[in-house]
Amino acid sequence: MQHVAIADRPDELHDPQTFITKYIWSQDHKVIAIQYGGTAIFVGLVALVLSGLMRLQLGFPDTFDFIDPNAYLQFVTMHGMIMVIYLLTALLLGGFGNYLIPLMCGARDMVFPFMNMLSYWVYLLSVIVLLASFFVPGGPTGAGWTLYPPQAILQGTPGYDWGIILMLVSLAIFIVAFTMGGLNYVTTVLQARTRGMTLMRMPLTIWGIFTATVLGLLAFPALLVSAIMMMLDKLAGTSFFMPALVSLGENLEYTGGSPVLFQHLFWFFGHPEVYIVALPAFGMVSDVLATHARKNIFGYRMMVWAIVAIGGLSFIVWAHHMYVSGMHPAFGFFFATTTLIIAVPTAIKVYNWILTLWQGNIHLTVPMLFAIGFIFTFTHGGLTGLFLGNVTIDLPLSDTYFVVAHFHMVMGVSPIMVLFAAIYHWYPLMTGRMFNVALGKAHFWFTFLGTYAIYLPMHYLGFLGVPRRYFAMGSTDFIPESAQSLNASITVSALIVGASQLIFLYNVIWSLRNGEKCERNPWGATSLEWQTEHVPPHHGNWGAELPTVHRWAYDFSVPGVEQDFIPQNHPVTAEEQTGGEEGEKA
Amino acid sequence: MTIETDKSSDYTQPGMGGMVADWAADKQTFDMPWGKLMMWIFLLSDTFIFSVFLTGYMNVRLSATDPWPNPSEVFALEVFGVHLPLLLIAIMTFVLITSSGTMAMAVNYAYRGDRKKTVVLMSLTALLGAAFVGMQAFEWTKLIVEEGVRPWGNPMGAAQFGSTFFMITGFHGMHVTAGVIYLTVIARRVARGHYEGKGYDIVEITGLYWHFVDLVWVFIFAFFYLW
Repeated sequence: MQHVAIADRPDELHDPQTFITKYIWSQDHKVIAIQYGGTAIFVGLVALVLSGLMRLQLGFPDTFDFIDPNAYLQFVTMHGMIMVIYLLTALLLGGFGNYLIPLMCGARDMVFPFMNMLSYWVYLLSVIVLLASFFVPGGPTGAGWTLYPPQAILQGTPGYDWGIILMLVSLAIFIVAFTMGGLNYVTTVLQARTRGMTLMRMPLTIWGIFTATVLGLLAFPALLVSAIMMMLDKLAGTSFFMPALVSLGENLEYTGGSPVLFQHLFWFFGHPEVYIVALPAFGMVSDVLATHARKNIFGYRMMVWAIVAIGGLSFIVWAHHMYVSGMHPAFGFFFATTTLIIAVPTAIKVYNWILTLWQGNIHLTVPMLFAIGFIFTFTHGGLTGLFLGNVTIDLPLSDTYFVVAHFHMVMGVSPIMVLFAAIYHWYPLMTGRMFNVALGKAHFWFTFLGTYAIYLPMHYLGFLGVPRRYFAMGSTDFIPESAQSLNASITVSALIVGASQLIFLYNVIWSLRNGEKCERNPWGATSLEWQTEHVPPHHGNWGAELPTVHRWAYDFSVPGVEQDFIPQNHPVTAEEQTGGEEGEKA
Repeated sequence: MTIETDKSSDYTQPGMGGMVADWAADKQTFDMPWGKLMMWIFLLSDTFIFSVFLTGYMNVRLSATDPWPNPSEVFALEVFGVHLPLLLIAIMTFVLITSSGTMAMAVNYAYRGDRKKTVVLMSLTALLGAAFVGMQAFEWTKLIVEEGVRPWGNPMGAAQFGSTFFMITGFHGMHVTAGVIYLTVIARRVARGHYEGKGYDIVEITGLYWHFVDLVWVFIFAFFYLW
């Protein structure tokens, strides 16, 4: 039962002829990746503006008339949902997953290019439906990104009428898009690798994206089902999540539903989602660190198994988001334990990144700066996670700014740092030009220092007990007035960081035309995507023949070899086999 | 890092050794066409969807405040004055399981290259699937019109009975309907000789989906009708 792999038959690929098939209805994974990336960055900017508006209200209450409590809640909700799903998931998997999987595995394209194209267009539809909710009566939903019922669909919550429906529909469409893309990514990694590319020779980037996609395929079903059930509660009058209740003095028809069921379903998706975002970032940062430190990644096998272990464990920690919802203490104990166990493989990864840098030949390039910045922000965010994972410490800190600071550090800023590292790292490959280094460094320092200016003080606000999602604090006895000046300072920092992203946008767009043309493989990277015939790679990626892989992706600074890197497709030479001993003597 | 020589994968090894060889191989992990692996992964994802539906149903059933109606009574039929609980569901289940048998035979004949028998058996499978959906439509009509069951309430007890029933059987019915369309399209293509020279894996891929839909029904049957 042999099948013919398109990978070995370039004539099977239909070369796109017209502008439309080449750039719009394109089935080329690289074009789809850039479409995904562009759309994701666009909605990300919308979410960034929303966060700026939120900060304006928090830093300077009673100053801006156009932000009323409803609008504020809508900003919070849309900011969170867009950033987590439509920016991070789409950019990491739809963008970088699409671009890098075939190139790094040595395939000509994804296994089903047509479905891959469909995935992008369905994703675009979900974005349009989401953004449409800004223009419907009542505006977008203001239920918080967790959309907890019963409040999400009850009068009193902004957007309870139209906004929540569009949000749920958009999520369902997004899941369809993700499934089409995700099936492609997983099948490509498993079945379409080139000669010599065993799983244990794949760059960690691919391991991260692969595992995250598997998580997505298993976790998004829970979100899909809860979206369907909530939609039925809203539209068909069912009572899946709705207990009997009185709203605005009126007895509602609902009876006997379970709001906590929604929380379980949501977080059964929501916690793996954290790792859907984090694992590709872990993978990409490993490759960036190794390349720019000219040193092999420390503990490659350990890194792979840590990714797989984190992926598996991420399915049994979800209820640590629900300690305050009320649960049996034994369950609290169970989920606290699994949460602390998941810190072990994560810590292994952090140690390995640091040991990769140890005595490396560190080049402080722009991608490297962002990668090192990631180690800082991720370690800080991870450490506060240990606090929140324990039931007794979580209870008083729940729903305060401590939580906000924690998850922004660990799954907001950290993946974003890696995304910037990745964009700068692969920019020369995608465009054939180098970005402006000075602007890139300026962008890094504004972003990195600004992050700390924003989120460090938030931990203190949390300890003071300042609750999150409040429109204004009013006069509250237990919160000193100085908290307000801290809030104002956070807002100023946030606006500066937000504005500094314009440097990035300007740099990326300006360098497209005016960037210095760079030679092939400017960073001296070993993985396959840099070894293509053309830069940027053409349709079909590899000329007449697929590359053959002879080694892992981390042969940097091999003793006895003149060049300080050996690409994966270079055969093993005699000098490097004897070089090891000479190197030790020297 | 020791530098290994290329290992060509050896799929003939039995047991654990063969599995390790598969996963350590280059090019591909599983000895099967891309489409077939993709269908397996999709079905894994779909399994999670149905598991969440059923888990949600169990949770809702346990936390409902009103008593749960007795499914054997609700789904009983009066035939010639005889009261038969779960009669229709038993027939539906029988039809669907039978269609799995005809599907398996279709796959067998497809690999033997017997196009005619393949088309006949696939059409028969689609027909049995359509019969299942038809009976489901009858069941829904009876519940809605005669018993007064609605998604938001029913005269027999907990409102969630109707909600979960319509949601889960509706979602499964959509899967069966999609399967019938899928089978028809593929059977038509087989009849036209579209897959001559390309191989008949597609029939097995369609079969995987069809068997999955049947298997899910067994769980719905057990958890919804028999519990």
